[in-house]
Amino acid sequence: MKLVTAIIKPHKVDDVKDALKAAGLHGMTVDEVKGFGRQGGKTEIYRGAEYVVDLLPKVKIETVVPDDIADQVADIIVNAARTGKIGDGKVWISPVEKIIRIRTGELGDEAV
Amino acid sequence: MIASEINTGDTAWMLISTGLVLFMTPGLAFFYGGMVRAKNVLGMLMQNFFAMGLMAIIWVTIAFSLAFGNFGDGGFIGNLDFAWMRNITATTGNEAFALSIPFVLFCAYQMTFAVITPALITGATADRFKFKAYGIFIALWLVLVYAPVAHWVFGGGWLAKLGALDFAGGAVVHINAGAAALAVIIVLGKRKGWPREGMHPHNLPFTLLGTGILWFGWFGFNAGSALGANGIAATALMNTFLAASAGMLGWLLFERIKDGKPTTLGAASGAVAGLVAITPCAGFVGGMAPIIIGFLAGVLCVLAIQLKFKFGYDDSLDVIGVHLVGGLIGALLLGFFADAAVNPLVEHEGLFMGGDAKLLWFQFVASVVTMVFSFVVSFIIAKAIDKTIGMRVTEEEENEGLDYSQHAETAYSFGSTGSMDRI
Repeated sequence: MKLVTAIIKPHKVDDVKDALKAAGLHGMTVDEVKGFGRQGGKTEIYRGAEYVVDLLPKVKIETVVPDDIADQVADIIVNAARTGKIGDGKVWISPVEKIIRIRTGELGDEAV
Repeated sequence: MIASEINTGDTAWMLISTGLVLFMTPGLAFFYGGMVRAKNVLGMLMQNFFAMGLMAIIWVTIAFSLAFGNFGDGGFIGNLDFAWMRNITATTGNEAFALSIPFVLFCAYQMTFAVITPALITGATADRFKFKAYGIFIALWLVLVYAPVAHWVFGGGWLAKLGALDFAGGAVVHINAGAAALAVIIVLGKRKGWPREGMHPHNLPFTLLGTGILWFGWFGFNAGSALGANGIAATALMNTFLAASAGMLGWLLFERIKDGKPTTLGAASGAVAGLVAITPCAGFVGGMAPIIIGFLAGVLCVLAIQLKFKFGYDDSLDVIGVHLVGGLIGALLLGFFADAAVNPLVEHEGLFMGGDAKLLWFQFVASVVTMVFSFVVSFIIAKAIDKTIGMRVTEEEENEGLDYSQHAETAYSFGSTGSMDRI
């Protein structure tokens, strides 16, 4: 089992979700997060006082998948989330030791 | 102000105006509440709402009498003729005051001014004023600062006799509250982390909603100050509208040129700056004057709010930059635009209306005296409270926010995780 984690632009969530669904993926978890990478921050102005907002809103997607399709899932996310502009985010894959479906107690691939 | 017979039209308008001005205080609460951080929004709303409670009671027990007793004496303070609601009824008083409305309504109308004026200060002191100290401060302030200044100007006191004009409270309300705000924040000190830390508004929609309510209520504030349903009230209403509009445009134009983008907070601030500046002028000017006054206020106030960064005082929501400076602009510009054709009460016309510099001098004296008196007495009250019970919340309470530390509440709780169990 692998955990595929992606940090993407918030407005790309639906594209990624639709692409994963179309590929037959069964589930994902989405979180609204903040962070910074090479994009840096942005500037907001309130009554003439400028504020640098260096932590920008992003969306984190997590999904656990069988080993053999992890690369494919990552590719789907990369393609769906890409705008070509700075700040598109990252995807990484990490190993998962164990997974249990709470309702049935199923383990491993059956639980994904 | 000539007839002492009660007029139903005048009375109807003043009943409505009283409601309009009262509504400005919740409007102000939301105007300010949107600008503070989420952990302090209830603290801000509470300070404003609390003024509607405490100021009203103090007004009828003593402050109204100190402001309006000895009406027209040319002096410094009223008397106790109307203390404890004595002689304040629907049938007493209106003859002595030459009112065409019931005297009790006059008292109620003025009460709404006594509510909002101390509430204006809360914008400067945001996020750090201990609630108990705030309550004591505004109680003393209403009696020791507001009542005398109101007597000088509205109660026929020495500034009114001198010849200074203030239609609806440029000096009594805005310069007065602005100077007090400066004194209080000097005693209170800066918010922790200011100016390095970003303390940007948590809910600008609230601020715009509050601005709309203020603009709406200001028709009662200014047109109501005619104390009747007449031509001067109508002129004041038109002037109020135009100054707010021009103030908004002035602020936005400046922002667009300097910062690149016209902001919603700028639109709200500009409208309020225009409203503040037209307040002393509303029933004394006409024609294009309100547009010039409002526009200048919009541009000069956006410049004035930068001063706090230069001088290092934390006027959190720009009460000094908007109300003190806006009030001064209005009070002084009246010396240029006052027009006897608009209102026969104008004895000395403004410089641009063919008059001499007399009125401008009176306006200058009234503004400076109000500013100095308010600053000094407010400073003494604030210092005295600070030495005894302390003006400021503790550092821990400040970090936690006023909502929880002062009122044991939280403004926003979303979602179901971590819900509360009753104990």
